Amino acid sequence: MKVLLSWLREFAPVEGDPVEIGDQLSGLGLAVEEMTIIGGGLDGVVVARVLDLRPHPDADRIQLVDVDAGDGEALQICCGAFNMSVGDLVPLATLGTTMANGMEIARRKMRGEWSNGMLCAADEIGLGDDADGIMLLEGSSSAPGTPLAEALELLPDVLYDLEVNPNRPDAMSIAGVARDLAARQGVAFAMPEPAGEEAGDDVNGRMSVEVVDPDLCGRFVARVVNGIRVGPSPRWLANRLTALGMRPINNVVDASNYVMLELGQPNHTYDLTTLEGAALRIRRAADGETVETLDAVVRTLTAADGVIADGNDTAIGIAGIMGGASTEVSDTTTSILLEMAWWDPMSITTSSRRLGLRSEASARFERGSDPEVAELAMRRFVELLSDSGATLAPGIVDIRGNLPACSPIRVRIARVNALLGTDLSRDDVADLLGPIGFASEPAGDDDLDVTIPSFRPDSATEIDVVEEVARLHGYEEIARTLPRSTITGALTPYQYDRRRVRDAMVGLGLDEVMPVPFLAPGDLERAGLPADGITVTNPLVAEESVMRASLRPGILKTLGYNASHRLHGLGLFEVGHVYRTPLPVDGEVPRLPDEREHLAVALGGRDAGEAVAVWSALADALDARDYQLVADAPPGLHPTRTARIEVDGVPVGHVGEVDPGALAAYDISERVGWLEVDLEALLALPHGQRPYHRVSRYPSSDIDLAFEVDEGTPASAVSSCLAAAAGGLLADLSLFDVFRGAPVADGRRSLAFALRFQADDRTLTDAEVAEVRQACIDAVHAALPATLRG
Amino acid sequence: MTIDLDRHLAEAATSVAAVGDLDALRVLDGELLGKSSVVTEARRGLGALEPDERKDAGRRINEVRTELERLLADRRATLEADARTEILESERLDLTELDGGRRLGHRHVVTQTWERLEDLFVGMGYTVAEGPEIEDEWHNFGALNFPPGHPARDMYDTLYVDHGEPGSTLLRTHTSPVQIRVMETVEPPIYSIMPGRVFRSDTADATHMPVFHQIEGLVVDRDITFGDLAGTLEAFTKAYFGGDFTSRLRPSYFPFTEPSAEFDIQRPDGTWLELAGCGMVHPNVLQAAGIDPENWSGFAFGFGLDRLALMRHGIDDLRELFRNDLRFLGQF
Repeated sequence: MKVLLSWLREFAPVEGDPVEIGDQLSGLGLAVEEMTIIGGGLDGVVVARVLDLRPHPDADRIQLVDVDAGDGEALQICCGAFNMSVGDLVPLATLGTTMANGMEIARRKMRGEWSNGMLCAADEIGLGDDADGIMLLEGSSSAPGTPLAEALELLPDVLYDLEVNPNRPDAMSIAGVARDLAARQGVAFAMPEPAGEEAGDDVNGRMSVEVVDPDLCGRFVARVVNGIRVGPSPRWLANRLTALGMRPINNVVDASNYVMLELGQPNHTYDLTTLEGAALRIRRAADGETVETLDAVVRTLTAADGVIADGNDTAIGIAGIMGGASTEVSDTTTSILLEMAWWDPMSITTSSRRLGLRSEASARFERGSDPEVAELAMRRFVELLSDSGATLAPGIVDIRGNLPACSPIRVRIARVNALLGTDLSRDDVADLLGPIGFASEPAGDDDLDVTIPSFRPDSATEIDVVEEVARLHGYEEIARTLPRSTITGALTPYQYDRRRVRDAMVGLGLDEVMPVPFLAPGDLERAGLPADGITVTNPLVAEESVMRASLRPGILKTLGYNASHRLHGLGLFEVGHVYRTPLPVDGEVPRLPDEREHLAVALGGRDAGEAVAVWSALADALDARDYQLVADAPPGLHPTRTARIEVDGVPVGHVGEVDPGALAAYDISERVGWLEVDLEALLALPHGQRPYHRVSRYPSSDIDLAFEVDEGTPASAVSSCLAAAAGGLLADLSLFDVFRGAPVADGRRSLAFALRFQADDRTLTDAEVAEVRQACIDAVHAALPATLRG
Repeated sequence: MTIDLDRHLAEAATSVAAVGDLDALRVLDGELLGKSSVVTEARRGLGALEPDERKDAGRRINEVRTELERLLADRRATLEADARTEILESERLDLTELDGGRRLGHRHVVTQTWERLEDLFVGMGYTVAEGPEIEDEWHNFGALNFPPGHPARDMYDTLYVDHGEPGSTLLRTHTSPVQIRVMETVEPPIYSIMPGRVFRSDTADATHMPVFHQIEGLVVDRDITFGDLAGTLEAFTKAYFGGDFTSRLRPSYFPFTEPSAEFDIQRPDGTWLELAGCGMVHPNVLQAAGIDPENWSGFAFGFGLDRLALMRHGIDDLRELFRNDLRFLGQF
């Protein structure tokens, strides 16, 4: 909402410099987005009359213009525009004038001819965007030499562009903003009291109005205005509309808009002669009913839309949104029907959204207009047109439908102070509320009954009034205090563990990435994954229409992006959510998708072995040692180089390499080691600090055992067999060599393990070590197709 | 006899000085001090001397033996030092050749900011709560006092997903639904922050992303006031940015708080920067989450987490955070 300081001052004697007033408006919750000083920069610019035009003797693109700048003498100007004729009135920047762009006008020679000033285009003097040719002061009767500001009735002014929140429909008007500002400044605020000249026949004899749907239309007020003469608006009025961003049309349309901007009451004018049947019906549209709106578009309506229909029950306008073309005021209009209504905000919101049609009127009705300002606004409308002879016909059509109930609100002063941290008395509160129209009566010993004004439909409960008290008291007047937390601050165990995950990844030299969780259709499939992503039903672009079901596509894109900048061999990790369609639980589809936090690691240029090393470091960081790697071929991962990770027998993710096909699909030309873990599943399983075990004080014994086994037998099968057989005496077990080739048979390899035995309570004898060694060998032989190597 | 020993000492000194390695020195050590050495022989010959001669001769033999031991020890020290020097010299490395081999990874700058904020608030006595990024309409809007069709819903360009009834499931537009989830599960007093990822139907530019991060705070306790809100925001921003600066609260509107405010801080040039939306938790919101607003009051606030990261590091384009260029990520 834009407001002019001069316009505000018609309602209240607002004081202060423009910046100070701007700060006060922001402090009232009407944030100033932009402040513009207008009418400045015109000092030294006067009206001049063109006396003579002739070519420049030595230049084609400029001409010589003689003007009368007020003294009757011919003053020669060199000018690059050719759009004026002898007799035209034009703006002249006289010698010594400093233009808005900082240029100072001086007497100078252009190609040998003197120029004694500059004729101005509209944009050069801040009066519009028109840069084509010199501004012609058409219709002006000002004498040459008149300051331009005076000729255009432009007064120095300040324009504020305010951000008005949805809860402040009243501030969608000059009057509403002025009321707030006056209250803040402690100056008097008064609404205008236009007389509204009446003449002619009573409207009630000529018009009938029926409100069929009282929920849609809370109030419908109509009056007839006679004696209309359509023509241009006075300059001052047109200037104000322009400043607030509306284009002047003619005096009737302009007055309608002016009243809306000033008092917040949207209104509509019907040419009375084109209104069929001298009657109006306010009803819901029939499905498929059409109406041609003022913007010359034929719109198809539904029962969700309200319409104003004429005496033939033909729709002639969409309620609260836009009037119809058939009854539009024309140059020949002499009598109009002026409509001012209150429409149900929800109906207007729905209708306007469905039609994709937002207007200044609908914006106000959506938020809730003032149902009680119509009579005043009608008199104001006629007052604006009174110079052209308009008068109100006596009588008024005023039909009330269902308006929101409005009963006084009990406001507990103790509650106000308890919520705000203030120490306001009942009188203080009443004094703060009074100037913004919230009348209050003492209630009981301590409280107030507050009556909410009709222009503040947002205020309906005690807390709404508390906010008004805070706003008018001033947020910055409330002392700042710091509450002392009565609980212990801490991260959850999960959050601590997640930090350890990141610590481990960073410690391994991996960089954390954060791709957006949106995928394009096909991204999952290109990564070799099933297309089971949750989809966005209203994406802005198709590239952001699928929610990722895996972190893989996003990370592969990231590798590709960096590769395109010759950044290869990257080690990346991501911690982020993935989303999947949930499986039914007890036959019911869960309310929300299956959303989990995953960790993914991509090792560019490195193989599955490096990925396994990352996993074991992670398992170590989380103390999750009871895991198994089980060969697996999940979609999108390298089918012969991938294992499923099971912790306590529960699958928590995969480790290995990305499938070469998926890499090719993402234009990645190096191997990519891969680890993806469902962090929530992993951290829900047993992990973390184990019971302390005292280090044995007795010597340990080391032995090595090498077995020849089939390629199909995983090393982990041998090692778990060894561990089981060694039992409590095993202090350490590691695979230290893998050998393929002669003398080991094809399809088999040698696995060499180092075992360390140790007891907590004694030194093991040679016999004991020999016994456990043999038990280990026997166990492997019994369980696996393996043979001990000599 | 005396002359023998003096000459022996002189010859021995020459031999010791001539020895070039430790092994040879060990052999010479045996020759000079061993069982068949001159000094040992001489000591053996003492018994044949007269008692008065024996004393002088014995002293002299000891002196010579001590001197021989000293000569050998000095030579050994020299040879050991030479040997050590030779080994060390053979191990010489140019460490500048080896510089730059390893690096730690980097937490994403958003994560760094996220964790810094968590730490600040944990220090102020807050817990950290999280919730789903795909939310239901009730938690994102309904429980937060946005009735269906409320115009304030238009303030959020909401993205919906195909799950459940049309329009029932959405990408959360703010972290506020976590407030509801916390209040539904935890009895007051509540001191929590809720960092997380949020979504809007926005075209990416320097200040907008369809995906970004917020950090929200919620306090519900006895006698919490608007003044507490202002004090908390001031304490937090000073702790985060360091130093003194001016901040202000000005009225604003959010359906889920009342009174509502924007929290601005003053830039060095005097203009104001909007940093957070905040307010007292609306009684309807407390009620929707099953908390009696007559017995408990609270405040809530929300910061743009990414913006706090951008401001701290002087990054001028939000999109950089999500481009994942290693040349960017490696700087933090």
